[in-house]
Amino acid sequence: MSWKEAEYTGWGRVLTAQGELARPERASTLAKLVAEAPAPAIGRRRSYGDACLNNKGRAIDMTRMDRVLSFDEETGLVEVEAGLEIGKLLKIFAPAGWLPPVMPGTGFATVGGAIAMDVHGKNHHGVGSFGCHVEALTLLTPTGLKKATPSKNKELFKATVGGLGQTGPILSAEIRMLKAKGDVMVVTERRVEGWDEFLTLLDGSDATYSVGWIDATARGASLGRGILEEAETGGGLIPAAKRGKKIPMDAPSFTLSPSVVRAFNAAYWRRVPARGRTVVKPIDDFFFPLDKIHDWNRLYGKRGFHQFQCVVPISAAGQLRSMLEKIANSGLASPLAVLKRMGPGRAGHMSFPMEGYTLAVDFPNRPDAVRLITELEDLTASVAGRIYFAKDALSGPERIDQMYPEHANWLKAVTKIDPDGAYITDLVRRLKLRAPK
Amino acid sequence: MNATWIILGGTSTIARSFARKAAERGDSIILAGRDMDDMKLTAADCAHRGAPNAETVAFDARNAESFAPIIETAAGLDCTVNVAVFVGSMPPQEEIDLDPSLIDGVIVDSFTGPARFLTAIAPLLEERGTGCVVGVGSVAGDRGRLGNYVYGASKAGFHAYLSGLRNRLGRSGVHVVTVKPGTVDTAMTWGMDGLPFLAQPEKVADDILRAVDKKKNVIYTPFIWWPVMTVIKSIPEFIFKKLKI
Repeated sequence: MSWKEAEYTGWGRVLTAQGELARPERASTLAKLVAEAPAPAIGRRRSYGDACLNNKGRAIDMTRMDRVLSFDEETGLVEVEAGLEIGKLLKIFAPAGWLPPVMPGTGFATVGGAIAMDVHGKNHHGVGSFGCHVEALTLLTPTGLKKATPSKNKELFKATVGGLGQTGPILSAEIRMLKAKGDVMVVTERRVEGWDEFLTLLDGSDATYSVGWIDATARGASLGRGILEEAETGGGLIPAAKRGKKIPMDAPSFTLSPSVVRAFNAAYWRRVPARGRTVVKPIDDFFFPLDKIHDWNRLYGKRGFHQFQCVVPISAAGQLRSMLEKIANSGLASPLAVLKRMGPGRAGHMSFPMEGYTLAVDFPNRPDAVRLITELEDLTASVAGRIYFAKDALSGPERIDQMYPEHANWLKAVTKIDPDGAYITDLVRRLKLRAPK
Repeated sequence: MNATWIILGGTSTIARSFARKAAERGDSIILAGRDMDDMKLTAADCAHRGAPNAETVAFDARNAESFAPIIETAAGLDCTVNVAVFVGSMPPQEEIDLDPSLIDGVIVDSFTGPARFLTAIAPLLEERGTGCVVGVGSVAGDRGRLGNYVYGASKAGFHAYLSGLRNRLGRSGVHVVTVKPGTVDTAMTWGMDGLPFLAQPEKVADDILRAVDKKKNVIYTPFIWWPVMTVIKSIPEFIFKKLKI
């Protein structure tokens, strides 16, 4: 069993780590690793910041532990190893009419990562987060396997779901899949003229899947304009789109300059006719639109990029509007900006979701963008909102307790299972999440 | 009617990828190897990916007694039987230099064990007159190199064996494919530095299945190794003996 010295990064490519990685392929190898030298588990490193980094330490790459262990065709309960990608899970079971219950914006995220971040998808308002559909977890501890479910070892379960890997490597998970009519998406796209209309439409939507693309460069009367996508699964036969294009090199810095983004966004917005339209898409095109281009993060050049994502309570919609205004006026945003209504569903102490609105915007890694994001984080905390650890690379420890009121419960359960801090990652160090109270 | 693949070395990284791809095409899988616990999980995985039947059986290249039950199982199958051999072992050459007795194990794992098995199952394949054998060798078998010439020698022997077996089985309609992978990103190569043209196991598995469909005799995977090895093979020995590649 060998360790490999490597330099690696998260998806945003701003923060890097240097350290030894192991990549076990068998449960027995993983068990041996955990018994001898416990280290945090990482997956396909789709977290943007440093949640998946352990600088000057070791980490266990789980991506080769990716098998489907069992599946019940009656109930849709599937047990998989934690390294399996959500997109693969979709691909294997969609033809039989079963979908992963929650799918994040990238199909490359692993099941283990989806649990550790308690990810949400375009159906969050209806079905809650990924962890709400996890019926059992098998953790590897230095002393052997430990099972946790929402009713058995409850505290451990709630500390693991959304728990940033701090309870140790997840070997496998049982997930309740969702029955679907087919693997085709019927998508209705609507042009939205501005902020108020956007919130009204999001609040009124009764679609199973809904998400808003927002033009984060539009100002004044057009502030908050965008496209609302509402979708349902359906049956039918359409050819799968060609995927797997690659970005051959880091793009030059002008690729996503303000004028280019503004022009792109305007054209992208007008792409949808003013009266709206309904289109039929292959399922992965709807859920994982960006996965079509591998390494799209290289479009931001070698300096990398940040994503700011927050959720604020419904009552703070006005403050969220001011945040968007700040973003629009800065002219720093990239085309990637998303607005979504969230429901209350969350499954762990440190889970991100809460009832309200979530806004996510990408920024190239520049000093003025970093300043703006810090301001946005302060605003988020001041309205009892939260920032998302899967995206964050900039925050400090000060606001955590305010944003995550169950932090103390989490810390207690984590300290119990990992008293020595063997699973601490760069993110946990930066935000002092494991520091004793 | 789909085929059943008997996969020797069922816990190897490439074998796992290959079994999955074959399962996705609707073939049945029999995984043969030593780590039964691990193979059971891979078998379950194959079944959920489309294999009508996926099972495991004990196989140890160093124990010829483990061969007969597998051949018996094959005899009971009422579909095309294919065999794919992924076994082999590669201890570091420096360890072999210190302990020459390690050579025997390498030769059994990578050459004589699989060869004994294939020779034993050959009559069954001949009688059926259909199916194919995939033998995974290595570019290391094309020329003995300073870094791993014992492993290379075992694979060279296996290549010659497969060539003869192809000659024999071809007469009754059974095809033999010799696969020569370059460096592949597996548990065996994890942590090794400076591996050229490192390929993903999925790519190698795809190449093998394509070679099976097209009835290729010998393939290099990824293809880049064909020109590379053509050059390396053509270097005169008086120069080659001074090189460190």
